[in-house]
Amino acid sequence: MPVETQHIVKSFDEELQKLRQTVAQMGGLVEAQLQAAVDALVKRDADAAAKVVREDSRIDELEQQLGNLVIRLLALRQPMAVDLRQIVSALKISSDLERIGDYAANVAKRAIALSQQPMVRPVHAIPRMARLVQQIIKDVLDSYVEQDAVKAVAAWQRDEEVDEMYTSLFRELLTYMMEDQRNIGPSIHLLFIAKNIERMGDHATNVAEDVHFLVHGRPLDQARPKGDQTSFTVVPTAPAVGAEPI
Amino acid sequence: MAVAAVAVQEAAPTARPAADPGVKISTRDANVYYGDKHALKHVDIDIRPREVTAFIGPSGCGKSTFLRCLNRMNDVIDGCRVTGSIKIDGKDIYDRSLDVVQLRARVGMVFQKPNPFPKSIFDNVAYGPRIHGIGASKAELDEIVQTSLEKAGLWNEVKDRLPQPGTGLSGGQQQRLCIARAISINPEVILMDEPCSALDPIATARIEELIDELRENFTIIIVTHSMQQAARVSQRTAFFHLGVLVEQGDTEQIFTSPRDERTQGYITGRFG
Repeated sequence: MPVETQHIVKSFDEELQKLRQTVAQMGGLVEAQLQAAVDALVKRDADAAAKVVREDSRIDELEQQLGNLVIRLLALRQPMAVDLRQIVSALKISSDLERIGDYAANVAKRAIALSQQPMVRPVHAIPRMARLVQQIIKDVLDSYVEQDAVKAVAAWQRDEEVDEMYTSLFRELLTYMMEDQRNIGPSIHLLFIAKNIERMGDHATNVAEDVHFLVHGRPLDQARPKGDQTSFTVVPTAPAVGAEPI
Repeated sequence: MAVAAVAVQEAAPTARPAADPGVKISTRDANVYYGDKHALKHVDIDIRPREVTAFIGPSGCGKSTFLRCLNRMNDVIDGCRVTGSIKIDGKDIYDRSLDVVQLRARVGMVFQKPNPFPKSIFDNVAYGPRIHGIGASKAELDEIVQTSLEKAGLWNEVKDRLPQPGTGLSGGQQQRLCIARAISINPEVILMDEPCSALDPIATARIEELIDELRENFTIIIVTHSMQQAARVSQRTAFFHLGVLVEQGDTEQIFTSPRDERTQGYITGRFG
């Protein structure tokens, strides 16, 4: 049901607009943080990474502001139907965005650690995974601004690919660790980084589900296809005779 | 008796100027007796200019009684006695030297049931200016009537039928006519006693939008038994119970974290 007409009481429209703008602002900051964190990782730039860590507090402040606005709207406006869904979705979405921001800061922290160790092997899969997640986040935020549930669901489905990339990255890092003990430290950092990026994708799909609910008033029916097989991954033990113990 | 601290006005999302830090209406130890019945007890309140203040509370709590003190409508009730200090712009309105007719020109009132005069729409709005000697020429009067009807959001609907009786309008239109009538003499304060009780939700919303617009120029006090309306429309809220002013504060604070248990009990529906 399209909601183009304005409320009779204009100040209500102004407050809802402020709500949407705050979510969009948070989203923009989160996208920027993710880009900056991955750049800092790839360029081994500890200063840039430290900046990402500091900037995370801005996202937290916006979440706080948004929470206050939501409480105010719920107390003072008695919102109904789509207005109620708008306000509740904004609250849930801001919580997911704040977590994505935290993960970006975590990636940056590990980038600092990695920049202080000699580079072992460039792991291209990580920036590729990050780009995929960035695109999902961007599309999901656009779908919120445009109130476009179709776009939200399309983005939601692409998370399966992120999960698959994470699974194969997991295996790739395992082989590096088995090859050479000196790889273990950096590989573990990279593994956590990959896990953080994969979690960002999950939170983005939560946002997509909220956008669907906001538009249609009912939750997304289908179970999201999940491609993360790492829980079931077993490291094969080497059966070679006379081999050196790892 | 302690007066509630003047809270800082939070910045609104619109470009509206913040309310003056001054005080428009101030009462100290105001009491009202109906014969022996002590209906309103020791009320200390400060009403700020160009804001909407809502009085809420259960039936019989004294909110309408207190409203009527502010334009001395209680004077016409037999056996009604008002004590204490009630000041507008720093001047006691119960002072013997005060002209009560002039007071009621400065402090207008809109009632629960729309009560247009049995006159034409034009004459309803022109009545006040005529008896107060405002608008000598026909042209001036025409201008006042048009401006008042515009400000009340009624002009477009009635401009082609000004000679028709005011009683022929719908409920919502009649109430907006009464508001136009009240503002035609350019009062400083508008008192509204349950102005939307007789109206449907759409008509109510239009009056609430009108109140939002009017507060740029007028100080408005609204008595309402709907606390949802108080929440939507006001910047300050005062809660009355059994003749006592229990709590007053910023509307957002009253409805999210009231300081008094009785306030919380009322607004959460834990007692009537």
